Amino acid sequence: MMASSYNAKEEDGHHSVSAASGPSAGPSAKSKKPDNTAFKQQRLPAWQPILTAGTVLPAFFIIGLIFIPIGIGLFVTSNNIREFEVDYTGVDASSPCFTCSQTYSWNSSIPCKCAVSFSLEQPFESNVFMYYGLSNFYQNHRRYVKSRDDSQLNGDKASLRNPSKECEPYRSHDNKPIAPCGAIANSLFNDTLELFYIDPNGTRTQIPLVKKGIAWWTDKHVKFRNPGGNNFNLTVVFQGTTKPVNWRKYVYELDTDPENNGFVNEDFIVWMRTAALPTFRKLYRIIQKKSNMTPTLPRGNYTLDVTYNYPVRSFEGRKRMILSTISWMGGKNPFLGIAYITVGSVCFFLGVVLLIIHHKYGNRNNSADIPN
Amino acid sequence: MDSVTLRLLSWMGEVVCEPPNNKLDRFVGTLYWKDSRYPLDNEKLLLRGCVLRNTEWCFGMVIFAGPQTKLMQNCGRTAFKRTSIERLMNTLVLWIFGFLLCMGIILAIGNSIWEEKVGKNFRDYLVWEDVLSNSVFSGFLTFWSYIIILNTVVPISLYVSVEVIRLGHSYFINWDRKMYYGQRDMPAEARTTTLNEELGQVEYIFSDKTGTLTQNIMVFNKCSINGKTYGDVYDEFGHKVEISEKTPCVDFSFNPLRDKKFHFYDHSLVEAIKLGDPMVEEFFRLLALCHTVMSEEKNEGELVYQAQSPDEGALVTAARNFGFVFRARTPETITLYEMGKHVTYQLLAILDFNNVRKRMSVIVRNPVGQIKLYSKGADTILFDRLDPTNDDLMYTTSEHLNEFAGEGLRTLALAYKDLDEEYFADWMKRLHIASTTLENREELLASLYEEIEQDMMLLGATAIEDKLQEGVAETIACLTLSSIKIWVLTGDKLETAMNIGYSCNMLRDDMNEVFIITGHTVLEVQQQLRRAKEQILGSGRETANCSKDAEKTEQYRNDSVFEETITSEYALIINGHSLAHALEADLECLLLDTACLCKTVVCCRVTPLQKAQVVELVKKYKRAVTLAIGDGANDVSMIKTAHIGVGISGQEGMQAVLASDYSFAQFRYLQRLLLVHGRWSYYRMCRFLCYFFYKNFAFTLVHFWFGFFCGFSAQTVYDQWFITLFNIVYTSLPVLAMGLFDQDVNEQNSLRQPKLYEPGQLNLLFNKRQFFMCTLQGIYTSCVLFFIPYGAFSNTVRDDGSHIADQQSFAVTIATSLIIVVSVQIGLDTNYWTAVNHFYIWGSLTVYFSILFAMHSDGIFRIFPSHFPFIGTARNSLTQTSVWLVILLTAVICVMPVVAIRFLRTDLYPTLSDKVRHMQQASRKQRPQEQNLKRVRRTSSRRSAYAFSHQEGYGELITSGKNMKAARLFPAPPTGRIPGSSSWIESLLKKRTEMASGAAVGPLNGSAERSKSENTPVQQQHID
Repeated sequence: MMASSYNAKEEDGHHSVSAASGPSAGPSAKSKKPDNTAFKQQRLPAWQPILTAGTVLPAFFIIGLIFIPIGIGLFVTSNNIREFEVDYTGVDASSPCFTCSQTYSWNSSIPCKCAVSFSLEQPFESNVFMYYGLSNFYQNHRRYVKSRDDSQLNGDKASLRNPSKECEPYRSHDNKPIAPCGAIANSLFNDTLELFYIDPNGTRTQIPLVKKGIAWWTDKHVKFRNPGGNNFNLTVVFQGTTKPVNWRKYVYELDTDPENNGFVNEDFIVWMRTAALPTFRKLYRIIQKKSNMTPTLPRGNYTLDVTYNYPVRSFEGRKRMILSTISWMGGKNPFLGIAYITVGSVCFFLGVVLLIIHHKYGNRNNSADIPN
Repeated sequence: MDSVTLRLLSWMGEVVCEPPNNKLDRFVGTLYWKDSRYPLDNEKLLLRGCVLRNTEWCFGMVIFAGPQTKLMQNCGRTAFKRTSIERLMNTLVLWIFGFLLCMGIILAIGNSIWEEKVGKNFRDYLVWEDVLSNSVFSGFLTFWSYIIILNTVVPISLYVSVEVIRLGHSYFINWDRKMYYGQRDMPAEARTTTLNEELGQVEYIFSDKTGTLTQNIMVFNKCSINGKTYGDVYDEFGHKVEISEKTPCVDFSFNPLRDKKFHFYDHSLVEAIKLGDPMVEEFFRLLALCHTVMSEEKNEGELVYQAQSPDEGALVTAARNFGFVFRARTPETITLYEMGKHVTYQLLAILDFNNVRKRMSVIVRNPVGQIKLYSKGADTILFDRLDPTNDDLMYTTSEHLNEFAGEGLRTLALAYKDLDEEYFADWMKRLHIASTTLENREELLASLYEEIEQDMMLLGATAIEDKLQEGVAETIACLTLSSIKIWVLTGDKLETAMNIGYSCNMLRDDMNEVFIITGHTVLEVQQQLRRAKEQILGSGRETANCSKDAEKTEQYRNDSVFEETITSEYALIINGHSLAHALEADLECLLLDTACLCKTVVCCRVTPLQKAQVVELVKKYKRAVTLAIGDGANDVSMIKTAHIGVGISGQEGMQAVLASDYSFAQFRYLQRLLLVHGRWSYYRMCRFLCYFFYKNFAFTLVHFWFGFFCGFSAQTVYDQWFITLFNIVYTSLPVLAMGLFDQDVNEQNSLRQPKLYEPGQLNLLFNKRQFFMCTLQGIYTSCVLFFIPYGAFSNTVRDDGSHIADQQSFAVTIATSLIIVVSVQIGLDTNYWTAVNHFYIWGSLTVYFSILFAMHSDGIFRIFPSHFPFIGTARNSLTQTSVWLVILLTAVICVMPVVAIRFLRTDLYPTLSDKVRHMQQASRKQRPQEQNLKRVRRTSSRRSAYAFSHQEGYGELITSGKNMKAARLFPAPPTGRIPGSSSWIESLLKKRTEMASGAAVGPLNGSAERSKSENTPVQQQHID
């Protein structure tokens, strides 16, 4: 009530009092009076925002008005993406891969082949991306995730001979270090997928699948490197190491192209980038658009030839092959669009509700009843 | 003197006394010396901290030293003080720990189930060693893994941050110029850094009086002489002028012996003196003669008065400046320097003051030979003993007295009487006989005094201002408005305490009733308290408010019910004797109930320990935060007992300050300490804690949700580096800046709206409910943080078809969302964006992105390939539009409900703080507001009594001449030796019974250097 009646007095000019009448402080003694700085006196200039109707309500409307169009855009984009998915696990007896899934294990030496036919109702116009998808596969399990040696994969020769302990129990086999070591590498997805277009007249045309450019540039060029660079003879470089237990080939036999062999094999790199969730898809191949005239994948019948190597039945996993086109926002995923539309609408609606509440019950004259 | 000292060394005696105790008013002991026994009692004991006055040296004997002294025994224990917030915080941390264990158990069970159902079949890809393949054992291991991963939910860094914030707040207190007292070059000082936020929750203030509320300076302010008042200043139109520093003082330069510090503003009184008005002269002559002051004249003209009470000093000083200088006294004479000439009066008798008589008189023979009696005393007493011819004058003077009392001044009436020589001689003879009788001596003397003090002539009245410290009344008014209850605990007498109560506006005439509890037995006290309580509550209503188990909220409901029903105001005044009874176990509840129903509580004549007991009582039953403020050694115990102790660094030494938690020079700074610093500290600390808990929950619980999707394998969502840096680097500084600088309401408004203080007392800003709210918000945020990316990322890819749903991108997305969400949240929580806040908030975001890109860069990976496996993730994911859309969506979903709820709350149920903030914003656009200064006007018409803090027996001391220093009675010996002190000790022991309260401990008096008697000295003991 009486606020700073004395404060004012002091500020006015009693500065020299201490020198005049202070019993101990001589005129030369430094006064203990605190400095008059904005910081010390807590008077720093400041911006003091308040949540008022004038700021909150427009914010809600603006968010609503921005989010709804974004959501619609996302939703439309997502819907325009062509996506086709086929499950070739072979769980049902009627499924073409049923036999393979039943008989196959890591140890069998003869590859099991099966062919899944499907038809596309609509043509895929632009580049088509071919994915393999796995379900119920815990690539994000802690013990799985850590079971790798990034130094080794980066071409470190010491690590090649002596992989990190994290790789246990896939660290060494027959007293030889495993390259690449670890559970991730060991469980490399090794089904081979081939796509054939069945002409209406019955001829099978193999669709060319591009296997380069499916991994991140940084992974391919920085994170993964062969020991001694890519120019050396990989067989020599990997001398003294052994292949992962489940592999049938050595790491330097993954591809004939030296640019895509060894640790820098893109299929391998894609696999090594572990998925966040137990259901995931990984890019397998790219089907390039040939010309503007014909669609990349015309509508019609197709066959997917599978070399069935990868067992998933033991853990009730599923294997899928996915064909998808791409938009600016990535693959087909209606979630984001719907979420944006929902949140936008909620914001807008909330804005309206708040406006009504504010007008009906709100305290527009807030300071009226402050006692003074 | 050396020889005396040497002889003292050979002195052998033995003292047998009671063991050390805390009773200040009692001492029993016996001195054995030369086969004789000499009783020692309280009269012969000086307490620690006393100051030797009017005595150059004395010999003493140390009975108790150090912690055994009575004063230290009264000090109480030093307990470690902690704030209620801190205690709550500890509880909450325990709860969080429990919550952590729960989460660990849930996830461990989940892991066991998962291993059993899924993991067992997944062995092709993820082998377990055989020993570990048991799913229960796996669950057990997972439990510990999750405890480690989720440990960030237990805010370890909280304690450090809290301490940093408190330290900052303490510095702000130290730096506050408005709590700096220029006259003594004394800034406020926060002596602890652990109690700041509790300053915002104080409900009870226990204040000392002398030196705390008052300056302990008495000023002769006004007088009424022969029916005319002096002291007010009028302008040329006859209007009364408020006295300020600019008002011209009366020039006393005609008087070479004046006291330069004395100020008087009414010139007419000096005129009257100069004109030689006989009544005025007689008035001042009375003041110069009728007192027990000792004078000391070190150099010619430099008089120093040693007064037993400051009131007397003020009166004698007034007389001195008006030309009636009391110069020296001997046991038989008083020498005045009257208007330029020396006059010596023969002092015939001193009719001493006591509590019953409420007056004192002297009988003197002036140089002309007339015998005169001069008397001063309480008006009620003196007016009964006036000559009937005085009726008219008495009537006018009485009116003046009312006027003076209305201004809160202490009044005294003055009268004189001419005595007949024969009658006086006869009276003197009877007095002598009476004083030598053994039986009923007191009564005989009293009746003799009564007899001679009759038919006196009224001279006038004086008004003395017991100078309050600056701004005391306003401060008390303001603190009362902020629902702080102020109790005055003083060692002073009832009258003095009440007088100050009135002048501080704590006691008022319009109060319904002032209960004065002065019972001497338990029963009396109980009856008086009961009666008071019944009267307040109205009969038949019995409420037991005092129970330890009652929850605080309930207590509050009760209190507010009382406040509604009790519209009238009551005050309780209780003295030390009664308090001792009232503080016993069976009465303390009654005392507390009654006291809490009263607006004002004053305890007088209390010992230091009782002060502490009263504080303890309130602490125990009210569960309220208490603050004790005092300046002397006798306040130490209460300062230590209270939650917060404040020391006034005044004239009474440093004990109080040393025991205190905060110290400053003036009582009025308390207002600023509580309403500005305390309120801010509390507010900031609460906001800080809420945010901190929120932040940790939001950060950590993402792991919990992720657990359900990664086989409960204790896989972390974030990069290890992010987990390490989150609390230390990315989010610590903005919230620290908020905790240090935030202000909801500026300082002017904090002071102008004392009601703003109430949320702190009610503990509204941070309690268990608030804690649940902020943890819920944290849980909600963590949910959104995890499930929005989860939904958006399942089955999605980059715009070039490659990965985006990989673990590392997921981690970066969630981490970035988290940082942005908590930054937006701190932005919402920060009400006061200084440059520092801007710097920290924007800086933290910048630092996050810089570190993120640096750690995901090629270069650092090439150097440490196995430590920075996230190479390239930031580049690959944060260049994606969809990732940013996810982040934006997450942020909006997290913040939107908070904004909506906060808006609704301030819109529909605005707190006072919200209102003031709106007002503040509105007024910032307009003009700097005019200060609305209402001066608190005293409305009291209570006439103060003879409230001298006088003790009886001083007159006797003077007439006996014991306290007259040889140095002044004789030509001063150069070294201060006392002539003829060879058999000093024997003579002393003979005299010891005659020694009044102002001597030395133990019976030893003689010569010694002062330094030798360090521990014993002391003359006037400051009970207050």
